[in-house]
Amino acid sequence: MSTVAPVGDAALPAVLDEWEPVIGLEIHVQLATASKAFSPSGVAFGAPPNSLTDPLVLGLPGTLPVFNRRALELAVRLGVATSSKIRARSRFARKHYFYPDLPKGYQISQYDEPLCEDGAIDVLVGTRRMAIRLQRIHLEEDAGKSSHEGATSHLDLNRAGVPLVEVVTAPELASAEEAAELMRSIHRLVRWLEISEADMEKGQLRCDANVSVRRRGEDRLGTRTELKNINSFRFVQKAIEHEILRQIRILETGGRILRETRLWDAMGGVSFPMRSKEEANDYRYFPDPDLPPLVVDAQIMGAVLGTLPELPGPRFERYQRELGVSPDDARTLVSERPLAEYFEAAVAARRPEAAVGVRGRAVANWLLTELLGALNGDDKAIGDSPLSPASLAELVDLIEDGTISGKIGKDVFESCYASGQSPAAYVESKGLRQISNEAELLKIIEQVLVTCAKQAADYRAGKEGLFGFFVGQVMKATGGRANPQLTSELMLRALKS
Amino acid sequence: MAELTAHEVSEIAHLAMLTLSAEEAETMRLELSAILESMTALAAVDTSSVVPMTHAVPMDLRLRADVVEPSLPVEVALGAAPARAEDAFVVPVVISEA
Repeated sequence: MSTVAPVGDAALPAVLDEWEPVIGLEIHVQLATASKAFSPSGVAFGAPPNSLTDPLVLGLPGTLPVFNRRALELAVRLGVATSSKIRARSRFARKHYFYPDLPKGYQISQYDEPLCEDGAIDVLVGTRRMAIRLQRIHLEEDAGKSSHEGATSHLDLNRAGVPLVEVVTAPELASAEEAAELMRSIHRLVRWLEISEADMEKGQLRCDANVSVRRRGEDRLGTRTELKNINSFRFVQKAIEHEILRQIRILETGGRILRETRLWDAMGGVSFPMRSKEEANDYRYFPDPDLPPLVVDAQIMGAVLGTLPELPGPRFERYQRELGVSPDDARTLVSERPLAEYFEAAVAARRPEAAVGVRGRAVANWLLTELLGALNGDDKAIGDSPLSPASLAELVDLIEDGTISGKIGKDVFESCYASGQSPAAYVESKGLRQISNEAELLKIIEQVLVTCAKQAADYRAGKEGLFGFFVGQVMKATGGRANPQLTSELMLRALKS
Repeated sequence: MAELTAHEVSEIAHLAMLTLSAEEAETMRLELSAILESMTALAAVDTSSVVPMTHAVPMDLRLRADVVEPSLPVEVALGAAPARAEDAFVVPVVISEA
């Protein structure tokens, strides 16, 4: 068994001038149903081994599959959200292979008539939005889990029969980074649509990658290898980068790429061959005689279309265009739906006077830096925020209309985050209103110049660096409530007179 | 349609995880060849205007509500297992083929 040593990332850019990677992903997503795809056993992670089986899951004779309507609705939702063509009549097929985690001797899947075809998904690479085409999305059932113990395997069939969709991209991802971002986009989208929790540690989102390279300018695709079971965003990128370099090195030394399946070993940062790739017809697919055509009727389409939320990609654009949010902040805001919903609720709660066109900018700043920072510190999700969207909007309004300074704003934020109190009420009760009254400020400035007569003399003798000191003294005397800009103006005038 | 070769029969047997003696393989070769020959005869019929039929009954897939029903007790589920270790089925390791 040959292994390939890890290669430094530094080697990548230079060889990529000559070689073009071509990558396609196959991503399995577990659908968030209560029961299995074709039988009524429950679906639960971490249940005692073999406690979630029934005669169908065990492949016992005399059983017939009956498909789960919820699984169909969730899959159609993903199809619609990716602008896929939804087949009014699709078909289940048997995919045959003999492995003990598949007691029936075949997996129920879809082959030549999948549920969804020709879709596309929004991928954010950095802050660049691109569309990656999806060849198909089909329904299938999961297999059981086997763990190897010496000469035997131990089998837990709890996972067998759990409904999945397999999403297959067109082979048009051009880098490991794009592949990792595509996986992030799928993860974000299925969570956004509440199709799946997509927890990778529980195997609810799994990824295989098809990787090939060709000389730039070449039309024909190179021989591809398949990387199996790369189950984190980081591993996807690393495994694919490693595979691209491995192939380039073989080709540059006159070698030939074998069409094979390789397993990524995350610990060693290497991949090794698993088995020679079986051709598709080795699975001897045929239409499942137990399952008549799967029909997507108007009722199902209506239910899906009626509940489809605005998607991350369009929101990413809208936040920048209509709300003045920076591309980086917009990307973070659409990373998960609860965060985007919180942001929109806060923007909607702002006073009508707030500047149109940039209403979201300051909200995004406070939300992403202060609030997320505090929530992370407390290990809380946005949904558990003690500060409501309306309170965050109020705080931003208080700062933008000059009632309080940004610096006082941070104190107000901390207090209100801790107490859940409304920022406006807190500012009133603590007398934190900014002092923007000239006469009031001048009185304080005169007092400071009397107390600090020596420094004033030094300043007037040319030590202009002391200016900040005087402003600081005013802030100290007012508990930070002096309007900083006005204070600077008045202080400058007072010192020059 | 030419007859199947012995090699083709052994490949099909391999995919189906069957071990055939030389004698059985030859019987299979002749029988499978005869089946293929019948199919070839059928293939001569012009079906270009006929919609493919995979089910004999004009019926759409019935769906069930996503409702959980009790699973089999573990003891029952494992009842027919030739070997078990605690609550897991025990099976021979399937060696991956290079």
